[in-house]
Amino acid sequence: MPDRPARPPAHPLLELTWARMLEFAREPGAVFWTFGFPVLLAIGLGVAFRARPPEPVRYRISGDASIAADVRDALEGSVGIEAVDLQEPDLDRALQAGRIDVVVQPTVREEGTLEVTYRYDPERDAGRLGWHLVDDALQRARGRTDVVEVREAPERSPGVRYIDFLIPGLIGLNVMGSSMWGTAYNIVLARRRRLLKRLAATPMRRSHFLLSFVGARLLFLASEVVALVIAGRLLFGVIVRGSLTTLGLVSLLGSLAFMGLALLVASRPRDTEVAAGWMNVVMLPQYLLSGAFFSWERFPEVLHPVLRLLPLTAFNDATRAVFNQGASLVSLGPELAVLSVWTVACFFLALRHFRWQ
Amino acid sequence: MAGLDGVALRCSGLWKRYGTIAAVADLDLEIRQGECFGLLGPNGAGKTTAVEMFEGLNTPDSGTVEVLGQRWRGDGDVRLRSRIGVALQETQLADNLEVEEVVRLFRSFYPSGKTVEEVLVLLGLDGPRHTRVHQLSGGQRQRLAFATALVGDPELLFLDEPTTGLDPQARHRIWDVIADFRDRKGTVLLTTHYMEEAERLCDRVAILDHGRTIAQGTPGDLIRDLGAEQVVELTLDGDVSDDLLCGLPGVTRVARRGDQPLVGVNRIGEALPALLDLLAARAVPVRALVTRQASLEDVFIHHTGRGLRDA
Ligand SMILES: Nc1ncnc2c1ncn2[C@@H]1O[C@H](COP(=O)(O)OP(=O)(O)OP(=O)(O)O)[C@@H](O)[C@H]1O
Ligand SMILES: [Mg+2]
Repeated sequence: MPDRPARPPAHPLLELTWARMLEFAREPGAVFWTFGFPVLLAIGLGVAFRARPPEPVRYRISGDASIAADVRDALEGSVGIEAVDLQEPDLDRALQAGRIDVVVQPTVREEGTLEVTYRYDPERDAGRLGWHLVDDALQRARGRTDVVEVREAPERSPGVRYIDFLIPGLIGLNVMGSSMWGTAYNIVLARRRRLLKRLAATPMRRSHFLLSFVGARLLFLASEVVALVIAGRLLFGVIVRGSLTTLGLVSLLGSLAFMGLALLVASRPRDTEVAAGWMNVVMLPQYLLSGAFFSWERFPEVLHPVLRLLPLTAFNDATRAVFNQGASLVSLGPELAVLSVWTVACFFLALRHFRWQ
Repeated sequence: MAGLDGVALRCSGLWKRYGTIAAVADLDLEIRQGECFGLLGPNGAGKTTAVEMFEGLNTPDSGTVEVLGQRWRGDGDVRLRSRIGVALQETQLADNLEVEEVVRLFRSFYPSGKTVEEVLVLLGLDGPRHTRVHQLSGGQRQRLAFATALVGDPELLFLDEPTTGLDPQARHRIWDVIADFRDRKGTVLLTTHYMEEAERLCDRVAILDHGRTIAQGTPGDLIRDLGAEQVVELTLDGDVSDDLLCGLPGVTRVARRGDQPLVGVNRIGEALPALLDLLAARAVPVRALVTRQASLEDVFIHHTGRGLRDA
């Protein structure tokens, strides 16, 4: 190929940042794991937990044909229940397998009154709660009148669904994961390959080297967060009630805190396995305890003060508040303070202990 | 300007210990501006440890290092670093970058120097300029390491085993670039365990063993001091004493490599027939006999009784 003469170099910080981005983009799979995977995860979890229209309770009437027909007529057209024509002699097995929820067994007593036995699997909510629906419908059809006026108000508005809780949590996991792995792994690898030593032998300013990780990371961070925000919006109608600027600033500070942690983890090991071990020590507890998939408030109350100090907890709480309550930067003071302290402390310690060879 | 006295690098009383072994023991060196100085020694002699202390990458236990008239201070060595060029013994430069990108990255660290293009051409890397580092051959990799050392136009170049593992052609190419650098008044410190390399490139050499200097001088002087022009390497099924060998006409000295004799001779025409007669008279079978020019290898054997690449 005809080669153009090489472009002259730009400022070292730009060149370092550019090199870092090229390396990332050329790393097989890196792009998928950073952008594709979290979106796929959001889709998977969102589908699994999506708010379905409630399934009707499926019932089957068994017993004497004429009584059965009577009951069926009475239940016909009731909301929330559905008769199933199941040609299966073994109704117990059908119940157990969940093919039907309730077996309705009407009999007529000697004095002529109707008696109904409901059979269901007490382990399954559809049966345990569903037989009441069938019973209600039957009682009303037979003339029962309600003594209390009842109104239903199912809560389905955006902002309080599980997916509204989940998307900010996924952003947290992703920002932590990519900020930490992207930084720590590359630094330790460069140390093992003696690239750090080689760089230390040049007049390169050491702060430029570390800043180049921040620079490259921030560019990727923006696209990561945007990918999840858009996916949440398009697929599940998850909206950001607060301002996008606030969300951006929170993500920035969160990413800095995680990069600080990563620098600290990567400041000394020569071995990628050792570093990976430490990364797990730092990240796994936060995966579990910081309220990514379910609220950390479910843990015993004595733990709460500690949990709130974890960077991922602060980050999740802050992004969630921006997403679902439209929180402003000012109202996020405590969370931002936690993240800032982590950032400053980690960068300070990491720089003091950093090993170049 | 190097040191005011024309000394590019000076170290004295340099020590570095790792646990119980002394990697570098009481090393004194003076490298003059514009010369090519070779540090020779077998594996583990302490060459890399010494060079990395010169480069300010490793801290001595005691002793002083002065590079271009300055000492390493720690963080603020940017100015001094921009005046030296370094190729470490082994560095895997960023795998996923292309040759040209690596050179440009390193060039960006230096306030002045060659253009990226000049360096690529100089080292014959303009062909594979768009090849990723992990796809380079060993020789190309060494040249790239060399390119990153040259790109800032250094006054003093440190090359730690620049040609180890290369085929002769690739080695000659690197020799040419080193010679060219020196011809332009650059100072070079290189380490090697190839005698031919040292004899060919180096104005002066220091031979290291177990962290100590065992000989220092120009290759010519060191070899001349052996007092033998030729060496006869014998492999015998049996033995004759050193005294008998030394008594032969034309033989100046006898050394041993393992238990086999290396006979230093001045007048090969006289010495060789006498030697063969002696072996025949003693009925010692000769399995091999090689004669060659005395080399730095013999200087090393003379001092240590081992070959440079013996275990
Ligand atoms: N970081 C270290 N920790 C412990 N021992 C070390 C370290 N670096 C070097 N050594 C030891 O110091 C001695 C000198 O090593 P050095 O690498 O300087 O030798 P060398 O002359 O460069 O050898 P080679 O020709 O194999 O490169 C060796 O015995 C080595 O094992
Ligand atoms: Mg070495």
